[in-house]
Amino acid sequence: MQILGLYNYWIFIVLMMCGFYVVISRGNLVKKLVGLNIFQTSVFILYISMGKIFGGTAPIVINQPDVVYSNPIPHVLILTAIVVGIATTSLGLALVVRINEAYGTIEEDEIHAQDQEEAL
Amino acid sequence: MSAPLSFLFRPGRAAWLFATATCWLTLLMAILLLRQVLAEGPISYPMGSWPVPWGIEYRVDILNAYMLVLVAAISAVVMSFAQLIVERRIRLPEHKQPWFYTAYLLCMTGLLGITITGDAFNVFVFLEISSLSSYVLISIGRDRRALTAAYQYLIMGTIGATFILISIGLMYVMTGTLNMADLAARLPAVAHTRTIHAAFAFLTVGVGLKLALFPLHLWLPNAYAYAPSVVTAFLAATATKVAIYVLLRFFFTIFGPQFSFETMPLDLILLPLALIGVFSASLVAIFQDNIKRMLAYSSVAQIGYMILGISFVSVTGLTASISHLFNHALMKGTLFMALGCVSFRIGSTQLERMAGLGQSMPWTMGAFVIGGLSLIGVPLTAGFISKWYLILGALEKGWWPVAVLILLTSLMAVIYIWRVVEVAYFKPAPEGQIVREAPLALLIPTWTLALANLYFGLETSFNAGVARQAAEMLLGVAP
Repeated sequence: MQILGLYNYWIFIVLMMCGFYVVISRGNLVKKLVGLNIFQTSVFILYISMGKIFGGTAPIVINQPDVVYSNPIPHVLILTAIVVGIATTSLGLALVVRINEAYGTIEEDEIHAQDQEEAL
Repeated sequence: MSAPLSFLFRPGRAAWLFATATCWLTLLMAILLLRQVLAEGPISYPMGSWPVPWGIEYRVDILNAYMLVLVAAISAVVMSFAQLIVERRIRLPEHKQPWFYTAYLLCMTGLLGITITGDAFNVFVFLEISSLSSYVLISIGRDRRALTAAYQYLIMGTIGATFILISIGLMYVMTGTLNMADLAARLPAVAHTRTIHAAFAFLTVGVGLKLALFPLHLWLPNAYAYAPSVVTAFLAATATKVAIYVLLRFFFTIFGPQFSFETMPLDLILLPLALIGVFSASLVAIFQDNIKRMLAYSSVAQIGYMILGISFVSVTGLTASISHLFNHALMKGTLFMALGCVSFRIGSTQLERMAGLGQSMPWTMGAFVIGGLSLIGVPLTAGFISKWYLILGALEKGWWPVAVLILLTSLMAVIYIWRVVEVAYFKPAPEGQIVREAPLALLIPTWTLALANLYFGLETSFNAGVARQAAEMLLGVAP
């Protein structure tokens, strides 16, 4: 029961590992970025689920002292982190575009091969 | 912080003047701040006047003030150096030059922000500001490999930052606070839980990625080798240093030395990693033909020394680490800027192209030699001071094999610096090659740092003295 009750933390771990695996295993630069994105998003889930309180409402001040509301701080924090994520992804994609212009490919091993040829 | 303003200045030169003025002003403020902290103790400044545990706090104590001076000084000097390089070497079109300065100032803002803030989540935000702009700066390099290097750094850096984010999240779950002082007060009550242990592990790996601790350093040599020399000088002297500061801050102020080194066997992990890092990176550096790459590997080795100092967990060890932060910034700044002058004239940093430069560019190579001597740790240079403390720290612990290893790796530094000196001074210049001395606009900043190397080697009250106070503060020993 406890395991089921914590299911969003399980999702967090599974997603994080999926993303991480994609980053490590894929040779395609765009796919790597996708993996990175999944990895970051999983952390957002971690933050969002820890702000949740059972039976809590949205954290809006209404003049009723006994209202239980969710903790807004993790949500605010994660908004910042989402913005950071967007910036990272767009910068990464911009870099991939330029790599594509310079090398004519976005496969990691082909780029590596071209670099090796150049060095010889 | 006036980073966005600089791109409003359309002609590249005006933007540069503005950015340089900003950097020097920041330095001035940082020095004033350090004086005030030394005189009156920590300063706290709540952002937007929110009371402290809820609002974001800027908190300055000896350690941050010291780091602020370091970052501001290096960025001011390097910025003075940047203009000619940006115009002639990177060959950015006129209308794009302001963007370069914008990215540079943003990066500096991020680094200063990490240093000054007293809020754990804010560290993450500033970390991302500085790393995003540093990816941009690296990718400006003219070599196309700069792009892949920046991409690699982006992937590694983001993974590192996300790890830090997870760790901060876990700490927040357990304590319900993000303020560093508050965290430090509340953590001991929950320190035995697995959550905090996990947070600690995530943090160590995350910051380790950022500061290029030995097995996680793979992004660094490429990034440094292909970035423009201004950027390399700036990043090598500041970015990894600030990451080490984050490490110190979290290990000592937040988790507390007792938790970090007794509950979690951190010193036992850091010590071998640092030693292997120093040794293997120095070894690799000896065999590099591109000098920039060689210095990048030597940076990995120097980071190893700093981590080594931390793993001693003693006042002397920490003093060594903190003063080495400062001294390494000085010497690597000098070396990379001298290399910038070289590549400005001959368009390359390959070892074989540097033949005969000792005669044709005496001032540049002179600065390089001073930086190199300091890197080796010859007496009368800044590098000697921190190596001295490091060896003292090792002997204090009775770990004499470690002290022997430190000496051995210094000898390896002699070898790789000597390779450059030999080629530059003792090989005749190729026929018909005419190389002129670098322009004054480049030489003056380079020599400022080179002379600083000598100055701080003789006058140790600033780097070692303040570092010692900071170390005592971190370990909670009464001064």
